[in-house]
Amino acid sequence: MTTSDDAGTAVLGEASGPAPCKATEGRRTHPLGFIVRGLQGVKNALLPMVALVFANDDLRLGLTAAIGLGFIIVILSMSVGYIAWRRLTYRIGTDDIRVESGILSRAARSVPFERIQDVSLEQGLVPRLLGLVEVRFETGAGGKDELKLAFLTEAEGEALRETVRIRNSGPADPASTEALSKADEPQATRTAPPLFAMDNRRLLTFGLFEFSLAVVAVFAGAAQQFDFLLPFDLWDFDGWQDRLAGPGAWLQGLGFAAQAAGAVVAAATLIVVGMTTGFIRTFTRDWDFRLEETDRGFRRRRGLFTRTDVVMPKHRVQAVQVTTGVVRRFFGWHGLKFISLAQDAGSASHVVAPFARTSEMTPIAETAGFSLPVDAAGNTEWRRSSARYRVDQALIEFGLLLLVSAFLAASLWFEAEEATVRAILLAIAPFAAVTLAVRQWLLWQRERHSIDLHQIYNRTGLFAPTLNVASRIKLQSAEIVQGPIARRRGYATLHLGLAGGKFAIRGIELDRAHALRRGILSSIRSRDFSALMQG
Amino acid sequence: MTNDNAEWAEPAEPETSADEGGFPALAADNEGLRPLHPNYAKVIRVWALIIAVPILIVALIVEAAEVLFPGFVLLPVLLLLGLLVLRLPTRRYHARGYAMGDERLRVVRGLLFRSDAVVPFGRVQHIDLNRDPVERYYGLSTLTVHTAGSHNASVRLPGLLDEDARVMRETIRAHIGRESL
Repeated sequence: MTTSDDAGTAVLGEASGPAPCKATEGRRTHPLGFIVRGLQGVKNALLPMVALVFANDDLRLGLTAAIGLGFIIVILSMSVGYIAWRRLTYRIGTDDIRVESGILSRAARSVPFERIQDVSLEQGLVPRLLGLVEVRFETGAGGKDELKLAFLTEAEGEALRETVRIRNSGPADPASTEALSKADEPQATRTAPPLFAMDNRRLLTFGLFEFSLAVVAVFAGAAQQFDFLLPFDLWDFDGWQDRLAGPGAWLQGLGFAAQAAGAVVAAATLIVVGMTTGFIRTFTRDWDFRLEETDRGFRRRRGLFTRTDVVMPKHRVQAVQVTTGVVRRFFGWHGLKFISLAQDAGSASHVVAPFARTSEMTPIAETAGFSLPVDAAGNTEWRRSSARYRVDQALIEFGLLLLVSAFLAASLWFEAEEATVRAILLAIAPFAAVTLAVRQWLLWQRERHSIDLHQIYNRTGLFAPTLNVASRIKLQSAEIVQGPIARRRGYATLHLGLAGGKFAIRGIELDRAHALRRGILSSIRSRDFSALMQG
Repeated sequence: MTNDNAEWAEPAEPETSADEGGFPALAADNEGLRPLHPNYAKVIRVWALIIAVPILIVALIVEAAEVLFPGFVLLPVLLLLGLLVLRLPTRRYHARGYAMGDERLRVVRGLLFRSDAVVPFGRVQHIDLNRDPVERYYGLSTLTVHTAGSHNASVRLPGLLDEDARVMRETIRAHIGRESL
């Protein structure tokens, strides 16, 4: 690391030159950078300084102490900033950008040009006055661990951006590597029929299945939060009895038929409320839903009040997800969702068909380059998880439940009047055991995975199963994880690195996990990440 | 891309093709794994010591305050810290291993929860080389590869000799952006 320091000093003289387009030795960022940092230190010191002034009875003493503290902080942050600046060098290599930094712990990062998707220049107020910029390099890693250089002169920043653009424009069309953009004004003038659209009738059916009592829950929650506003105590059941006995006595006097009618009315009200909520939510969100295929990718427009217009480039679709609901499943209704690169995930949900038949979803998936499994009768071979995994899961869940109920029973042991509660707690155990066992058995039956030449499939969930379909070639990594029990019992979980989503196949035999990983790795190696990004 | 996928699970890589034997799982678990530099055990031990010393001081203070019977605090703490400083670093060191293939990096780690991660070079976004003061003293580096995946976004491989780590970085770097087939 000493060599890089020396090299950095050597080229410092020409660091302000406007054309850093060649491969260079280690450079430093702009020396004024640590002044910016020193000023930031003052900003952080302002509050303690003010506190010092007011904490002292003697104003003069307080002021002196505050100014002294401010001075010390400025000196400290300046000198730390100076050392950090001395220890940070970057170099523009022939095929990557490298930054070495750190005072005690050294860190060196290498970012290949091929992987840089975007270069952004940022300016705060102080850097702007000094003519400095912060340069950020965005890669496919999703912005969480990107590279940034603070601070360079504006000219250097521009030149650096230009350098990256020139290096990357070789084989690839620069426009295709641009980050996903919401379509303000899509240039596509093609008027092909939409891939998927929902008319009012479909929306009505959809709304029916979106039945939701969330509103009731919200009201209940509000009642709990704001019960102090009510003239009586909502949760005082004796009070309710009194009220029934008093002015409410007529209700009791109405007889059984009327009470039953009242219950029916109440239930009907709930149903109407739930359905209305569903309709309103569905109609406002998915009004005039249309998905089109344009030159730039999929274009989705939807919404009644806030209409959103999102473009998803085809090559950025990493996986597709088929969802369904507990009830709608039996009527053959599903939803289709794209899983896109990590940095797109925040911008919008990528639902491309919220409520559709399989026959409608298949062409959408195919346009994105995915094929949905035909049926259970199709030629894909579906495999279950390990039976041992299911047995262990049921035992673990039951053990936890037993622990909790035993603890509760023990805590009630000495209270004689709680004997019934205790008995119930202990009697629950066998029922719970059966339920948990049945649940795991059903999961064993239903949760399946499969792999074919191009894709890997995973179906999870019991009552509303979700099917994930990932493209083998677009996966990023493969990890096999085993806990202490899994090691003894010979099963493992396979985690596949998926950009923008998760893909894990749990509790499969170790051999199977290794075989799947071998297959996937052989697909991955055939294409580089940057080639995938060019669509 | 087309010919090697004729059979999806074809053992395409030469380094693990030995899996076809009687115990494929066991073979795949340790075959071709390289241990880390022995100094890495020392690095873990130094960090364990750094954690252990304040705990020991607190235990001594509590002991001196005679809250419980003599030795009731100090002895268990000493036992635990002894495990942490003497036993665990060696075991953790032996639990780790890596394999640098032609096209991928494999990192195995974990005592209780075993993890075996493979990152193909063609999926690496950027590469880090980190050295904290302890690692610098022992001449070691930590290599981290970052991917675009949400899971395993960055895979760390500590305990490499600094020179080796630099060579590995250049190897991985040279693969990026190159069509493999």
